[in-house]
Amino acid sequence: MKITLKIWRQKNNSSKGRFVEYSVDNVNGHMSFLEMLDVLNENLIHKGEDPVAFTHDCREGICGSCGIVINGRPHGPDTAVATCQLHMRNFKDGDVILVEPWRARAFPVIKDLAVDRSAFDRILQAGGYVSVDTGSAPEANAILVPKEKAEEAFLAAACIGCGACVAACKNASAMLFVSAKISHLALLPQGDPERRERALKMVKAMDEEGFGPCTNTGACEAECPKEISVAHIARLNREYLMATFT
Amino acid sequence: MLDAKIPEGKLEHKWNNYLFRVHLVSPANKRKYQIIVVGSGLAGASAAASLGELGYQVTLLTYHDSPRRAHSIAAQGGINAAKNYHNDGDSVFRLFYDTIKGGDYRAREANVYRLAQVSSHIIDQAVAQGVPFAREYGGHLDNRSFGGAQVARTFYAKGQTGQQLLLGSYGALNRQIHAGNVKLYTRHDMLDVVVADGQARGVIARDLVTGEIRRFSGHAVVLATGGYGNVYYLSTNAKLSNATAIWRAYRKGAFFANPAFTQIHPTCIPQSGDYQSKLTLMSESLRNDGRVWVPKTKETAEKLRKHQINPQDVTEEERDYYLERRYPSFGNLVPRDVASRAAKERCDAGFGVAPTGLGVYLDFKESIERHGKETIEARYGNLFQMYEKITSHNPYQRPMTIYPAVHYTMGGLWIDYNLMTTIPGLYAIGEANFSDHGANRLGASALMQGLADGYFILPVTIGDYLSEHRGDDLTTDRPEFETAESEMRETIDHLLGRNGKKTPDQFHRELGEIMWHSVGMSRNAEGLNHAIEEIRKLRAEFETNLKTVGKAEEYNETLEKAMRVRDFLELGELMAKDALLREESCGGHFREEFQTEDGEARRDDEHFTYVSAWEHSPQGPVLHKEHLTFEKVTPTQRSYK
Ligand SMILES: Cc1cc2nc3c(=O)[nH]c(=O)nc-3n(C[C@H](O)[C@H](O)[C@H](O)COP(=O)(O)OP(=O)(O)OC[C@H]3O[C@@H](n4cnc5c(N)ncnc54)[C@H](O)[C@@H]3O)c2cc1C
Ligand code: SF4
Ligand code: FES
Repeated sequence: MKITLKIWRQKNNSSKGRFVEYSVDNVNGHMSFLEMLDVLNENLIHKGEDPVAFTHDCREGICGSCGIVINGRPHGPDTAVATCQLHMRNFKDGDVILVEPWRARAFPVIKDLAVDRSAFDRILQAGGYVSVDTGSAPEANAILVPKEKAEEAFLAAACIGCGACVAACKNASAMLFVSAKISHLALLPQGDPERRERALKMVKAMDEEGFGPCTNTGACEAECPKEISVAHIARLNREYLMATFT
Repeated sequence: MLDAKIPEGKLEHKWNNYLFRVHLVSPANKRKYQIIVVGSGLAGASAAASLGELGYQVTLLTYHDSPRRAHSIAAQGGINAAKNYHNDGDSVFRLFYDTIKGGDYRAREANVYRLAQVSSHIIDQAVAQGVPFAREYGGHLDNRSFGGAQVARTFYAKGQTGQQLLLGSYGALNRQIHAGNVKLYTRHDMLDVVVADGQARGVIARDLVTGEIRRFSGHAVVLATGGYGNVYYLSTNAKLSNATAIWRAYRKGAFFANPAFTQIHPTCIPQSGDYQSKLTLMSESLRNDGRVWVPKTKETAEKLRKHQINPQDVTEEERDYYLERRYPSFGNLVPRDVASRAAKERCDAGFGVAPTGLGVYLDFKESIERHGKETIEARYGNLFQMYEKITSHNPYQRPMTIYPAVHYTMGGLWIDYNLMTTIPGLYAIGEANFSDHGANRLGASALMQGLADGYFILPVTIGDYLSEHRGDDLTTDRPEFETAESEMRETIDHLLGRNGKKTPDQFHRELGEIMWHSVGMSRNAEGLNHAIEEIRKLRAEFETNLKTVGKAEEYNETLEKAMRVRDFLELGELMAKDALLREESCGGHFREEFQTEDGEARRDDEHFTYVSAWEHSPQGPVLHKEHLTFEKVTPTQRSYK
């Protein structure tokens, strides 16, 4: 099939961006969206033009590097996938596809489709962990965790830190991301001692990074490649309230 | 001449003896030391966090935009540890023994024994961090079995064990960043090691956003930069994984050990077209419940290839469960090298089932019938989903089609018992070193090794070196930094200045083809000699016909790739050389000339019980040998029958 792409091109953070149109022939349904962009980029290099910058690495939906807004949807039209797992069989011959970066104040564009998501790291640095030094851990089976709790914690911990939730939100809120970490640790006995402090510190860091407030519309959950549930946001709110009252 | 510095005493006591004798840096003095860690995968993140906790000043570099994105995040199946939670006869000794045997007697006993000894603490540490491992109903940790073992010692978190373990280490790292003990530089690509007065003094890195070249100095440098499987272009490794850091270290004098030892993983999704950018692994854990087969007749295989019939319609009598047939005692759980070669053998003989002829089935029908769909979904749900997204086939209904693919590199920088390379003060940990897996790594042992190195071994052994280097001058204004930096600028200008016709990716793909065909799953002298010639030609062409775009002082991925490919081209040649030298078959290194009558690998212990360690020289690589001695186990022909 033949696809037309309208891609956001922006040289660097201080320059202005614009959409540029490209067409790619011989697109095959088994190709991933990123493989299709690889083909475009090879063509561009042959013509001596600057290839389109986008972040990626694992290409199997786990590292969280990739993230493109495709026809207005973070990670594109398929559900529960990251951009790298989106296959061209989701499109048809002659389609015109709009390709943009995450847009959020806290995620400045570095180049084209690549943005700076270090704000996420800084939120986690503020307290998204259990404070345990190497060597001081007790025997693993001394900490029992009910199976359902462990599984629930796992589902929250499955967040890949891609930022699609922020990109999907009209307030560019990071609540889904933050709540996933809060939930993961609040559900486990290991996370209990620092529970309150953690909620306070992470929420403070989140606000300082310039993410907006939650809209309560669930747009984040709908675009999350790991189907992280908005129920975690409710838990975050509870944890935060509890922490501020005591 | 190569001294592995193995401590005195009985195998069981070596590590304890070492801990007792090692020189320590006093708590008050640790602050005065600056350590550079390159890489934030399991090895790098755990090392940087642990060193920071001890009080060292750590500088951490990664080319990723966040430490959490390192390739380790993609590990699926699990991590081994000798906990013996199932009372099924596991022990430190058994884990040690399985690892030595699985590696086909080409690993160093003392290191492997230590690995098995610390394995238990890794699980304790991860659990304390909140890693949500799978649990039993009583709240205890659950385990599964992996290839090459007859006990259940693999801990897992669905098919996302690497992700969960890395997030644990990343949490510990974040805590040290917050505390100011670790300074993080993301999107920084290390391009060279700086060696002065015969010691590692720092690194040169390029800021991938601005293109700026920066100098970093330290009392010691730790490379945790992962494996080099991407020399084959297509592999299960993350797209950006590369050999640059270890290759530059090799060029600066660190010996490169067993470069030819590559692991080909039996269960990957086959290639679908020439645009393919990487291959996707289907975890080894699937072989716990999946049965591998091809049809018994070529006619049926032909019909399957042409989609004239469906695999579900092939009757039991018409199926050849070739692993169960050939290896009745281990069956579908034979080690990876054995399973991969068996698949290749069937496909080469005309029984392959994918449209290309290169594919076999992994079938869950029987397990689904036995355990129910829910149980199978709970065990492998995300893998099945991943498979379906990629292939558009539903593995609950139709067997998966799989084929071997490059997965892991056992070779890497040579290190001694301290994890130090042949350059004093330069350490290599995780997949970047050659240490513990011999000629074949067992499943779920890479995560164990990376974390053993990072949490428990390096933080101790590095003190031994540092205690003698406190007064060292850390200025970056010395000629060695000057030279390294200007050489790097020249290389970059040179790469950007060749106005040829082929892109870095085109060169990379061509190299990959050569490597896969001649230095892949099976090798022979003629093919290897041919590969060396072909690679040389390609290298010559790279000098004149490379096409790049853009400038040095900007975000420039074409330039990044060109630098990777330059190093891969040199490494590929060394791999072929090493494979040619080793006139025996062992583990993942299968030389067609050296096989038993029934097609199994035939080792030659008399001549090849050594680690080949290559030293760079302008006249070409020079071979050094570390002879391996086995005190505890007696090398025998591996048998999984
Ligand atoms: C798909 C897949 C599944 C796997 N599953 C399992 C499993 O279930 N169990 C198991 O035990 N093993 C598994 N493995 C193997 C295991 O994941 C790896 O061997 C291991 O994670 C390597 O960890 P590492 O810390 O050594 O390196 P990596 O995780 O590869 O990290 C390398 C780091 O170095 C950095 N880096 C590299 N070069 C440079 C440079 N020049 N400059 C700056 N930074 C640099 C990168 O940014 C990254 O942070 C799997 C491997 C694959 C491919
Ligand atoms: S919550 Fe979902 S969308 Fe948000 S960062 Fe995590 S995985 Fe991505
Ligand atoms: S590239 Fe890793 S999640 Fe998409």
